[in-house]
Parts: sequence; C-alpha cells; structure tokens
Amino acid sequence: MSQTSHTTVKSAPAAADVRPKTLRPPRLPRWSLAALLLGSAAVGVAAGLLGGLESRAQWGLIAALVFVVARFALTSAVEGRRQAVDRLAATLVWASFVLAMLPLASLLWETVSRGGPGVDWYFLTHSMNGVLSWQDGGGIYHALLGTVQQVALASVLAIPVGLLTAVYLVEYGRGRLAKAITFFVDVMTGIPSIVAGLFVLSLWIMMLDLGYSGFAGALALSILMMPIVVRSTEEMLKLVPGELREASLALGIPKWRTILKVVLPTAIGGITTGVMLALARIAGETAPIILLVFGNNMINANVFEGAQSSLPLYVYEQWAYGTEAAYDRAWAAALVLIALVMILNLVARGIARWKAPKTGR
Amino acid sequence: MAKRIDVSGLTAYYGAHKAIEDITMHVEPGAVTAFIGPSGCGKSTFLRTLNRMHEVTPGGRVEGRVLLDNEDLYGPGVDPVSVRRTIGMVFQRPNPFPTMSIYDNVAAGIRLNGGARRKSEMDELVERNLRGANLWNEVKDRLARPGSGLSGGQQQRLCIARATAVAPDVLLMDEPCSALDPVSTLAIEDLIDKLKSEYTIVIVTHNMQQAARVSDRTAFFNLAAIGQPGKLIEIDDTQQIFSNPSVQATEDYISGRFG
Repeated sequence: MSQTSHTTVKSAPAAADVRPKTLRPPRLPRWSLAALLLGSAAVGVAAGLLGGLESRAQWGLIAALVFVVARFALTSAVEGRRQAVDRLAATLVWASFVLAMLPLASLLWETVSRGGPGVDWYFLTHSMNGVLSWQDGGGIYHALLGTVQQVALASVLAIPVGLLTAVYLVEYGRGRLAKAITFFVDVMTGIPSIVAGLFVLSLWIMMLDLGYSGFAGALALSILMMPIVVRSTEEMLKLVPGELREASLALGIPKWRTILKVVLPTAIGGITTGVMLALARIAGETAPIILLVFGNNMINANVFEGAQSSLPLYVYEQWAYGTEAAYDRAWAAALVLIALVMILNLVARGIARWKAPKTGR
Repeated sequence: MAKRIDVSGLTAYYGAHKAIEDITMHVEPGAVTAFIGPSGCGKSTFLRTLNRMHEVTPGGRVEGRVLLDNEDLYGPGVDPVSVRRTIGMVFQRPNPFPTMSIYDNVAAGIRLNGGARRKSEMDELVERNLRGANLWNEVKDRLARPGSGLSGGQQQRLCIARATAVAPDVLLMDEPCSALDPVSTLAIEDLIDKLKSEYTIVIVTHNMQQAARVSDRTAFFNLAAIGQPGKLIEIDDTQQIFSNPSVQATEDYISGRFG
C-alpha cells in the first residue's frame, strides 16, 4: 500500500515534465528552409574556393553537412528537441532519395544524349552485315530480333514453371518437399548468370553436341528467370486473404478453380510486376549469350538453329571495337534496350491494372 | 429444400489440440438455430465442421458423424466439394471477390462450378438472389461495379446472395453481423427471418439479443477452462433457453454473471 502511494507521488512530476507548456510552441518561419539551403550552399562554395578544393562533389558534401547540422541546431534551439529530430530524419530521407535518384537520372541522361541521335528507322531495320567497325551505318535489327526471340522463349519456359511452383508452394505444399523446393529456389536465385550459361553449355553444346542457338541462350535465361518468378509470385499469393479462398470453397467451388479464378486474379497485379522484374533482368544478360548464342552480324530469324545476336551482346561487341562509329552504335543500342524493357513494363502494368481488383463505388 | 442435420459424437481437432468434444445435437429443418457461448468455446469450429470447412485449416481433423437427412457427410466416398455445394456459408467479415463485379459475385457460385446458363437465365438468377437478399433496389443500377465498393452491410448481403445463388439446403452463418452497424444488422436479421422458410439456417452469434430475436432454437456452448475443449451444454427452444434454461451455467451466461 505504501509502495503504491510512493509510486504515485514520484510519477506526478515526471508527467509534468512531458506535458507541453503551451499548445502553440515557437515555430521557425517558413522561409527558414530556403534561407538555410542558400546559406549552406554559400558556405560550401566559400569553403571550396578558400580551401582550394577541386572536386565539386566535395563542395556539395560540405554544403550538405552544414545544412544538416545547422538545421538541427537551429530547430533544436527554437522549436525543441522532438521537432529537431523530426527534421533530421526528414532530411536524411530526402538525402537518401536524392542519392538513389542521382545514378538513375545520370544514366538515363547519358544514354539518351549519347544514344538518341543514333536511333532512327534505318538503325532499327538493318543488321551489321558487311559493315566494318569504323564505318558509319549498320543497325541492330538482328540483335533486336535475337533479344525479343530469346527473351520470349525464356519467358515461355520459365513463367509457367515459376507460376505453378509458386502455386504449389503456397496452396498445396506441406512438409519436406515444399521446404526442399523453397531451399533450392533460394539457391537458384543466387546463381551467377555465367554459371547458368556454363551449365547449359556443358549439357546442350558439349554433351548433346547441339550447336549454338538462341534456344540454348533462352534455356540459360529461363534458369535465371525461374527463381525470381517463383519468389515474387509466392509473396503475392501469400498476400491474398485466406477469407477469399474460404468464401470460394464454401460455395462448393473446387480448389483448383478457386486458385485459378479467385486467388490468381486477385494477385495478378503483383505477379505481373514480379514477372516484369525477372524479364528486365534477363533481357540485360550478356554472359550466357556469349557462351551459348555466340553472336552474329547477320540476321538469323531461326531461334532454334545457328548463332544469333542480342542487344546486350551487341553493345558489348560494339564497345570492344573501340571506334567512334561503334561507340555511337553501342549507346544507341543501349537506349533501345532500355526502351524495350520499359515498353514491356508499361504494357504489363497496363494489363495488370485492367485485370486488378477493382475499387471505388 | 431445407434439410435436417443430425450430429452425433463429433470431436474436432487442430493438430493435437482438441477444440470441441463429443457434440451430439439435431438441427431442425426450416428453422433458425443459434449457437451462443463465450469466445474460444468452439462455436465457429463446430459450425465449420458442418460443411467440411474445418478440414481446410491445416491440421484440422474431425471424428464423429454429421448426417444430412440421414447421409453421413464424413462417410467414405463423400466429396467435400459436393458437401459445401449443398451447405452454404456466410462469414464474419464480408468477403466479396475483389476482382468481380456485383453481378459476377452473385453468379460466381454457378459459373465457377462450371454451370453454363443463358444470359437471360443468369440475369434472372442474379436478380432473384439479390432481391432475396434485400439488396436489389440498392444495386440494380450498378451491377457492373465492383462488389468491394459497397458498404459493409451491403457487402454482407451480397455475400448472402452469393451463398443462396447456388441453391443450398442449409445456410451456415458465422457471426454475420459482428462487423456491421445496428441498421445493417437489422437488415440482415430481417433477411434471416425471410430465408428460414427455404433454408435450414444455423447462426453463430455473440449477441444474445440477436439470438433471442432471430432464432427458433438456441444451443449454448461452453468450455471448462482455457485450453480445454468446448462442449455443448444444452440445446432447446430459444424461448425456453432464455426464460428457463435447464442448466445453471446457461442462465449465468445469459444473465451476464460470467463470460
């Protein structure tokens, strides 16, 4: 009893500590943010000039540090500790965002500005047949065709297997088999692309003695694609509420139809995104293509026989030539590759949005 | 066609845990039977054993017999899918299929069971069931809109229409009003009153006034202690249970002296 009253007495002043003294605490004026930004930029420039620092990155870094410290100190002094920490966290979040966007924006800018002039109808519709490395002209038709065929073929192989594996793991898998599959899918996610290429090389070309072809490349690409599809689909299927499955089962709908008509449509948006990520990854693969598809300057529309080319391989080859004309072609091809993946992505997102769970009244 | 359910010696497990033990009761055809009792006493589990939904839960296992008009639902060769087709269920939280429109939600039971209907027949079926669920007037102008856009009470009535569309013999309702406001609850209760002429209805509820209002018969479940299996204490006419129950525990529970 005495202990209880003791605690009560002790906690009363503690509560008074955290009680705000006023509902209208002092605030920094709105323009303080702009002023701080300008001020710290000025400090950065001044420090850079006075200190004789050559790198602009150092100037920026100094300015950023000054901004963070000054903002924290100022807010701390005027508005209090909680607001200061809040501002600090917000600043860090923004800084991370900018840091993440910088390489992306710079990459896009570089590719568009260097590759943009080289992309025209002639470039898209002609091969490199008979074009010497230092000559202008030539195009990527053969590589574009190869990439589209190989990626399409790899998707045809990997997406159904990946989807069905994920459906098994989420809807049916219990016990050891499911655990083993999960483990091996995880292992597969970590396979370097060159290893997948070597595997298919030893199996397809050395043991079975079948020649270089786009199909061999597609096999290796599908090995790389499959675990990503399984993983992402699995996560999306897990997000589908069990209530929906029960609602469907309780209507006397068989399990396979429940999965096909209720579970998969509900998760289709996320599944599409996962598949697109996997597709984007394999579209940029070079290593297995070098090993298995070999590369070709001529148009070979037969994906099952003979050497083909592909966009990443084309970029690599052109860059290796080291001539001005070849550099231009490499940048232009890189731009086309990025655009291709982006268009595929947009199309898939469009389909997903069209099919996704509908909201609104 | 309303059917009678006879349960004898029913025990249900979740893995090694025994959730309900040795339940024997009869559910009268064409009447409303309410299950009441404290949380965790196995009312919902028992309800789910009646249409073989319990075994959908990993580790779910049932012993004993459930006779639907003298046919054992757990007998050899009985297809659980056919059982669920005959005994429909409405859940606690409204769960319309989010990818489907209002129309498609009602049609889902038929369509996904592979039942082909002509457009006019399907239209008629959807309208009849939405009218049956007292929802038609509210949604007739927006049948193509997604079912998830409706209010909670409307969604629950949509789920009832979806369940009645496959023409079951029995309708199981697992706390169908617990997520709804009083107005929607009243709408559902009116609906239950209307549906009992065609279906055998079993409803689990935490709301004793609701049990007294809508049901003809009431079963009281209880458990001895946490971790112990739930048991059926008594089942009788609702009037009798609420005015003069034969077991002291029932009276205590109903009058709020515990639980």
